[in-house]
Amino acid sequence: MLGSGLLQGLAVTAKNLVGSFHDPARLTTVEYPEQRTKLPEAYRNFPFLVSENATDPMGTLRCVACQICEKECPPQCIYIEKSKDKKPDATGRPQLYPTVFDIDTSVCMSCQICVEVCPFDAIKMDQVFEIATTDRFTALLLDREQLAKPNDYYHTIHPTEAAEVDARLAAERKAAAEKAAAAAAKAAAAKPAAVAGLGEAGAPGSSTPATTKPPAA
Amino acid sequence: MIASGLQTTGAHVREVHDDFHGDLLEVSMGPHHPSTHGVFRMQVTLDGETIVKLKPVFGYLHRNHEKLGENTSYLGSMPYTDRLDYLNSMTNNWAYALAVEKLAGQPVPERAEYLRIILAELTRLLNHTCLAGFLLQDSGASGTPLMYAFREREKILDLFESLSGSRMMCNFQRFGGCRTDASPEWLAAAKKLTDGYGAFLDEYERLITGNEILMARTQGVGVLKPDLAISAGITGPMLRATGVDYDLRKVDAYGFYSRFAFRVPLGDHGDTYDRYMIRVLEMRESIEILQQAFRDLPAGPIMDPKAKLRGFRPKTGEAYGRIEGPKGEIGFYLISDGTPNPYRYRVRPPSLINLTVLEDLCLGHTVADAVIILGSIDIVLGEVDR
Repeated sequence: MLGSGLLQGLAVTAKNLVGSFHDPARLTTVEYPEQRTKLPEAYRNFPFLVSENATDPMGTLRCVACQICEKECPPQCIYIEKSKDKKPDATGRPQLYPTVFDIDTSVCMSCQICVEVCPFDAIKMDQVFEIATTDRFTALLLDREQLAKPNDYYHTIHPTEAAEVDARLAAERKAAAEKAAAAAAKAAAAKPAAVAGLGEAGAPGSSTPATTKPPAA
Repeated sequence: MIASGLQTTGAHVREVHDDFHGDLLEVSMGPHHPSTHGVFRMQVTLDGETIVKLKPVFGYLHRNHEKLGENTSYLGSMPYTDRLDYLNSMTNNWAYALAVEKLAGQPVPERAEYLRIILAELTRLLNHTCLAGFLLQDSGASGTPLMYAFREREKILDLFESLSGSRMMCNFQRFGGCRTDASPEWLAAAKKLTDGYGAFLDEYERLITGNEILMARTQGVGVLKPDLAISAGITGPMLRATGVDYDLRKVDAYGFYSRFAFRVPLGDHGDTYDRYMIRVLEMRESIEILQQAFRDLPAGPIMDPKAKLRGFRPKTGEAYGRIEGPKGEIGFYLISDGTPNPYRYRVRPPSLINLTVLEDLCLGHTVADAVIILGSIDIVLGEVDR
């Protein structure tokens, strides 16, 4: 019968209309911003820099300014300037640090390649998406103070991933500390023959390898 | 009498009588026209309301994709492939990864191959659902079918987001595997969606497939002949709607598609209605493939342990990787000269090549028909212009 297909279609529409009043599967609208959906853990938008603690974010950045992310970033939105001196990192080892670390979020395309190539787990993806601003130039160019966020924050947004990273870093640090202790013990054993003035640097239990100079204050 | 040497094929060609015959009118449809699915322009010459000439004009979304590919590393091009056909980033990723893996002789673990098939078939569901919605929107069924389609599409996008971190710009495949592994919860959610998809298709088909207005608007409109389709290089559902049995999943059997039992739906008339129906039938086959993939998904690593992420330098040579994307054959042709960047990076975009027959399909039809013919070709301008 001509028109039966049409009527069948209208029955579907009617079913959906009625269903939208009682069936959550048929009314999927979320009234943002009053209502919000939960972001999936894997969600990413822009990168941030991980610092070990919140009280001294600049002093405990994991970033050592190796500039791999700057090189690999496809749209080249990262700009890094390396420090001339070395500062002790969270484990006390002297490391270079970024004096300038800028990310132009108006250029960034949230591809996560900087996170994947970073050998120090220093850069991770953030989940803040409400970033509208009235200033399209300086407000979207984030410097290292704005980018630095503590490790605790990383744990709140990507808990599974952060736990894996922490476990891996702890294992690496433990291995490094054991290596350093072994080197220190070796140096201590060889010390009686060496110059007496160098003794302090190679004290057993110090995480600093005996061969490196003490960090500049 | 037919004016101006018009082709009179197809049931819906309207005769233009000399009594009313005036001057030809040139109309520029687009680039800012909602029916062109982006920034695409059709320069149409009209005799009354009948199209006598149509010149597609594209390039408004040109972003220098291929030159960019020559100037970034192999890995750096991966997120850019998301932005080709932005509905189907998972299949674009796979085609590009396949080309680089061929170039470098990089093996892929079994689990990753299965996951790629799952993601590609989910992408096919997503793309064809969108097309069914948009086609109805183009033919004047404002809103309702499109919103029903988008409601389902959103569920697939949620799956992609929870796996890869982004709804549309997934950037998920890597050379030698996938970036992250799918958790058991994710697989359970994907399986649940697949199980429920048949019910959605049944409802959608009840809504629209038997609709008399849709049939009147689409049957016999924009008929594509198989010989023209073959000589113009048309691929994908558009080719199969003309009755040509050519599906890269069967012909090339890339990945593990040879292990899956599925049928290739074929059309009879090559008109707009067939192109719509082919997509619905393909979705049903995709559900079959997904069920088999969830059943057979092996455990194991997701990434080849020898695969390199950085400093990737394939030896000198060339490779062409192609897969059956939802829109047709999506291929990447790469030439390596041993440096970290490809010497030549070329994309074979199905949308662009399918679009080349637009004039042949539209001649003799009205402007309103041109809109639904364009909708049934299924273009994404990000891929057409690159």
